[in-house]
Parts: sequence; structure tokens; C-alpha cells
Amino acid sequence: MSTPTPISRREFIKVSAQAGAGLIIGFHLPLNGAKAAPATDAFTPNAFLSINPAGMITVTVTKSEIGQGIHTGLPMLVAEELGADWSKIRIESPVAHERYGSMGTYGSSSIRSMWTPLRKAGATARDMLIAAAAQTWDVVPATCRADKGTVIHGPTGKRLGYGELADKAATLAIPEEVALKDSKDFTILGTPVPRLDIPDKVNGTAMFGIDVTLPGMLTATVVHSPYFQGKLASFDDGQAKAVAGVVKIFPITGGLAIVARDTSAAFAAAQAVEIVWDKGPNGQLDSEGIARLLEEKANEQGLVARDQGNAREALSKARKTIEAVYEVPYLAHATMEPMNCTAHVTAQKCEVWAPTQNPQQAQDVASRITGLPKESVAVHTTLSGGGFGRRSSADFVAEAVEISKAVGAPVKVIWTREEDLQQGFYRPTNFNRFQAGLDNKRRPVAWTHRIVGPSLLRSINPNRSKDQIDFTSIDGAANLPYGIPNLLVDNVVVDIGVPLWWWRSVGSSHNAFLTESFIDEVAHAAKADPFTFRRDLLQDHPRHRGVLELAASNAGWGKRPPRGRSRGIAVHEANGSFVAEVAEISIDKAGKLRVHRVVCAVDCGEVVNPDSVKAQMEGSIVFGLTAALYGAITLKSGKVQQSNFHNYKMLRMDEMPAVEVHIMPSTESPGGIGEPGTPPIAPAVTNAIFAATGKRIRRLPIGSQDLRKA
Amino acid sequence: MSRISFVINGQERTADIDPKMQLLWFIRDTLGLTGTKYGCGMSLCGACTVHLNGEAIRSCTTPVSLVAGQEITTIEGLSGEQLTPLQQAWIDEQVPQCGYCHSGQIMTASVLLADNPNPTDQDIDRAMSGNICRCGTYQRIRRAIHRAAQEV
Repeated sequence: MSTPTPISRREFIKVSAQAGAGLIIGFHLPLNGAKAAPATDAFTPNAFLSINPAGMITVTVTKSEIGQGIHTGLPMLVAEELGADWSKIRIESPVAHERYGSMGTYGSSSIRSMWTPLRKAGATARDMLIAAAAQTWDVVPATCRADKGTVIHGPTGKRLGYGELADKAATLAIPEEVALKDSKDFTILGTPVPRLDIPDKVNGTAMFGIDVTLPGMLTATVVHSPYFQGKLASFDDGQAKAVAGVVKIFPITGGLAIVARDTSAAFAAAQAVEIVWDKGPNGQLDSEGIARLLEEKANEQGLVARDQGNAREALSKARKTIEAVYEVPYLAHATMEPMNCTAHVTAQKCEVWAPTQNPQQAQDVASRITGLPKESVAVHTTLSGGGFGRRSSADFVAEAVEISKAVGAPVKVIWTREEDLQQGFYRPTNFNRFQAGLDNKRRPVAWTHRIVGPSLLRSINPNRSKDQIDFTSIDGAANLPYGIPNLLVDNVVVDIGVPLWWWRSVGSSHNAFLTESFIDEVAHAAKADPFTFRRDLLQDHPRHRGVLELAASNAGWGKRPPRGRSRGIAVHEANGSFVAEVAEISIDKAGKLRVHRVVCAVDCGEVVNPDSVKAQMEGSIVFGLTAALYGAITLKSGKVQQSNFHNYKMLRMDEMPAVEVHIMPSTESPGGIGEPGTPPIAPAVTNAIFAATGKRIRRLPIGSQDLRKA
Repeated sequence: MSRISFVINGQERTADIDPKMQLLWFIRDTLGLTGTKYGCGMSLCGACTVHLNGEAIRSCTTPVSLVAGQEITTIEGLSGEQLTPLQQAWIDEQVPQCGYCHSGQIMTASVLLADNPNPTDQDIDRAMSGNICRCGTYQRIRRAIHRAAQEV
């Protein structure tokens, strides 16, 4: 069975014009905001997929590989509908161009946005190859079928390979309608296809941004102001210049550029240079002051994010009320590969090689700095050593372009780890006040949640109105799924001069901790089991409820945990997917926490690659657990106090829990998988700590808080 | 500048270099072997791990002068034509995500297996806890090490 899907005439174009070029199906405005490429446009850069006469299939991947497996997931979409032999699939990252629609890799949206266009591209090519074979054999196309890279004529069993058919297919018209497969007929989608990028990642040949090398290339690093918005007042480079290999030291927009023959010299000179900074408006920021300010502002009226029933009245009539205050810190992304970018600017053109999640923004920024038209700016997207949102900024790209332009040579800019941690863009901090009310049957009848903190969107765009609600602040809080009749969620926006940025799972990264902890408190007050309490309130949210039950049953919820262990549970929706996690922990007499096991259940709709789903859940859990245990960026006298992995700690092998992932079978359209595994782990762990000790963790990180039994 | 000779990935090399330069940058910038990665510059993360006479060391805090006359192996020199069973296990278990730390992870794990062909989970914890994986692939790293141990 299959579903006929119309192809708009403007959706695809054939771009192979020359004999021997094979079949090339091009982009033609199928994607949001993409500009139509004229039909005369050169062929390769515009290809969705191409099949050469040797039968090799190249799929253009317009999204960045930051570890999530997208360079395998996207070609799987094409290969499935194309009926391709997977071993013949190759991928290509294109030079940034608006014709591809958004090339941004964010919001766990790549599969969701490409699910239909890439399948249609594959199906279109398949139908053209079938038509070419039918013409060759002088038979009706309906008697032919595609199978693993060949077209087969049913009645006679004759076969022709895609490579043999590619040139002829290229002479045929694009079909007006193609049939997309039913998911039950999938042979590639839904299977654990090994990732295409992994072989190069075990032998040192994978090329990350930091590995780019050009003839005559110089290496630079940048010393940035340790104060947000601080400015370079003066510098003494006497000692720094004496470092062998140093080429030039000069101020740039964001700080002081140190250009050298190699990284070693650049880093050594950066340490030797003496700089006086003008502290600017944020020189006095400190974390304690920020916390006090937020607490004070919690008394102000907030922007209403959700107002259902009459929460205040219901609270005043409640038999029992529960109140709590919660706080979360700033967090850094700390990608393993520090920020870096390579640029080569000449009078005529600018080339950029960047581990970026946003190559088109990189192109815009490079165009603006060089004054070159966008057509003269080629941005190559390299592999990224982690992204987590950080690389959707182009700040590091701007520096490479500015420095290369100034020195007239190709330049690779590499930040030190210290700069990487201290030159932010951070996940926002916030302060939260909760109230809930139970009626005389211990049913929750009211819930209020005030979120007090800086706005990510206002940090990015200071002109954004303070009266406009920032969805990133309330995501995962305003859409509380529990069936509580009276709900009020509001948000007090407080401007603080710390630059903010998207951080894996964004608003859900804090709001899941906050709401899933407080609902646990409400369950406790209602003398209810944390699992059944949630389940009973999720009548109208079957997908939440489904994963909650799946996680609970696999974790053995309701049965006694192994001796000395306790469990906590949490469920959350983010990026179009639903994830529940049960953490099994122990705390020894000295108060030392150990997370032994995490059972995760995920409903991400239709699954592209189940092994990638599992890997992303495993990784997201580590990411969230690292933040819950250790993560905090703190400020003193305007400076970030953390500098490297000794004081911005990461989870390590000896702390790794056993993680098991259960995928809910689903025919819903695909949800994201890169982020939604992160939010539930912090509350699952802190709820388990409560179960073990009676101590409620209301401030992250767990860090050195006293966990000995109350 | 001083003239320093050593063997890297089986080849003898002589270079005029600043003896204080850290081995990591000599390997990456001078020799162009970019499989070895920079992560922290303080021996905290293990991304820069290489072998010095068969032992795992952090090249980001090892001055070149210390390796004179000795043998260095980087990820590029770990295997010959065929991948080592450990590298193959890394593929079979689909370990890497972003992949940035895995040269270092594999170099550390290969010394573990050379010293201890059948490591327990505790042995793996001890040997591997100096290597950070921000993508959180630890569980698969553990599986890959056990798998390679079984296959050798």
C-alpha cells in the first residue's frame, strides 16, 4: 500500500543537462522560505540527490552533523523511497545557500522538517528510473518495480541497475504525483542502520572544524573581555610578541586577536599578553546578587502564560496548600571541540570552514564583515565536536573572518577551553515560586507557577518588548499536562547582562525539573504514589501517560527496589516527543549519591533509526545528569568563575548509570530526538533523592548539598 | 629551537622545534596528524591521548623535549591496513556520536586491553574515567571494550 502524493511543479527540478551526468534531482522551493533556483542553475550545488552512471547515489545533507546522527537519518529518508541499495549511498554537505531553505540545525527539527521533502525526492527519482526501464523494455511502468538499486520487470524478471538507467531517466519529465510508502512497507526506515560517519570517527580521519588546514594558514586565538560587554582599554604585548612564532597582535571587535604560526605560539602569547579592560555595564555582576534580585522581583506581576479557571480563588478554598521555591543556575554548553573557525578572505571572495549549526547565518555575517556579496562567500560546514545549541551562533565565525581580512591570509581561530567556558552564551538562570492546592479528597485543584528570570529572546534581541512573552522561558511549564482545573503560570522578566543562548532542550531543560519536582511534592502532600498520581492526572494526554507507564513497568515501579536503592520518576514533552525516565539511586551514610540505573521510555512518533533514538536518549540523559549533579556557571565581580573541566565538571565513566531505552511503537509523525531525553533526568534523580532521604532538592546543581538522611 | 628526533607511528622524524611546545600541537600543527584532539590543555579530558612507548599519555601537557628518542603512536598509527579489534568493536557497538573525544578514548582503551586483556567493569571505570565524552557514550564505550576483549 502506498499514498499518492502530488508534486507541485515548482517542487523539484531536474538539473542534469549533460549526457553522462546521471540523474540529478534538484531543490525547487519545497522548503520553508527557500528561493526558487532558476532552471538554468548549475547542477551539483543544487542537488537533493544524484545518481551517477556507476549507480552511486549522493544525497545532499543540508543539516549539520553535531553527533545526533543526522548525516545517516536524512539519507535513510531518501533511500527508503528510492528503493536504493544502502551500500551505494554517499552524502555531501553543500556550501551554504538560501536555496536549501533553512540549514539551521536546532530544536531537534531536522527529521521533522525533512521527513516529507526528502522522501518525495527519493520517490520522484524512483518513478523516473522505473519509467526509464519501462521505456527501454517497451513495457508498462506498472509491471516494473524498484528493489535495492535495480528496476525489475515482474513478468520477465529482467533487471536494470539504477546506474544504467540514470542517464535515460534524466531525459524524462518529473512526475506530477508520486506514491510514498506506507510505514509497514519500510525496509530501511525503522531499522538500526549503522551510521555513515562512524568509521571515520574511529581512525582519526573525521574532519572537524579544528582540523581544517590550508596552505599558508596562520593560527589565531582571541582573548575576550572577561566582563560581558566589557571593552579593551589598553594592552601590553611586549612579552607576548617575544613568543617564537607570533605574527601579529591586534584588537578586534570582540577582544584581542593573537595571530601566530601555530596554536602553541598563539596560546602561549595569549597568556603572556597584559590587558586592561574597561569593565563596562556588567563589571559588578555576581551570582548572589542575581539570586537576590530575582527573589525580589518574584513579588511583581508577571506576564500571563496560562490562565485556566481561577487558580487564586481555588487556592484560597483549598483544604491543603503546598508552596515551594525553586532555583536553577546558568549553564554552559562545553562542547568537546572548543569554538573555532577557519576563514580565507581575499578582495574577491571569502571562504569559511566552520563547525556550525547555522551556515547561512555564518554566510550573512561573513558577507557583512567583508563587504562581499553573499554569492562570493562560501561557507563549508564541517563536522562539529558537539553543538547543543552553542554553534547556532556565528560569533566565532565573525572573528575568523575579521582576522583573516586584517592579516590577508587564511586564518584558523581556536578558542582555549577557558575562553569557551567564560565567553558564554548561557542557559538562563531563574527563580520560581509554586503554589498548589488539594481539595478534601486530596485531589489537586489549583497550581500556580511564577517564573522569574532573564529572557533568552531579549538577550538575543534587546529591542524585543519586555511585555511580550518569551516562549523559551515558559516552554514545558505553561503546557503542564496534568488535569488540574485551575492553573496560573506567569513570567516576570528581569534583565541581567549575562548573554543567553539556546541550550539542549532550552526551556524544558529547567521547566521539567521545576514542574516534575513540584508535582512530586503535590503527590506527596496528597499521600499518593508519584507514578499513579501522575498517571491519573494524564487522562487527556495519552502519549505522556503511555511513556510514563512504559518506563514505570520496565523499571519495576511498585515492586521493591534492590536493597538500599530508591526510585524517582518524571515525564515531559519536548520537541514533539514524549519521554519518561525512572532513576534508581542510592545514597551512602556519608551522603554520597550514586545513580545506578535509568529506565527511559520515549514516544517520538514514527522512528527513523531506532539505534539513533537510543543513542540520543543515552546521551541526553548523561547531558542532563551532568547538569543536575554539577552544572553551574557562577559570577563574581562580573567574571565567570569556572574555567575548565576541574571546576565545570562532567559526568565520567565511573559515574555512568546503566541506561535502558524503550521505544513506544507509534505511527504518529516523527518527533525530535536530540533534546527531549535531557529534561526528565534531573527531576527523576531529585525525586529519587526525596524517596531515599525525605530531602527535597529545590536548587540545582545537586552538587555538594547535604544528602544525608533527614 | 632545538633539534629533536623520535619515532612517530613507526617513522623516524627529526625536527627543529621549541622544546617547550606541547606534544599535542607538534602532532597536530607541525606533523598534520589531526586525529589527536585538543579539549582542555590541562590533562583533564583525555581528548589528546597518545601512546608514548606503549603507555597512554596526555599530549596536551607533555613538552616535546620529554619525548626525544622515544616512540609515539597516534590514532592514525594505531592500526595497519585493518582496524584493530577495538576500533572494529567501536563501529560494531556504534559508539561515537559527535566523535571528537573518541581518538583519545580508543587510545586509552587500547592500553587498558594491552595491560589487561579481560577487564572488569571496575577496571574499565578506573582506566577510562580520565576521558570525558560530552555526548555521553560511556555505556557503549564499556560495551565495545568488553566486546573487543572477547574477540581477541
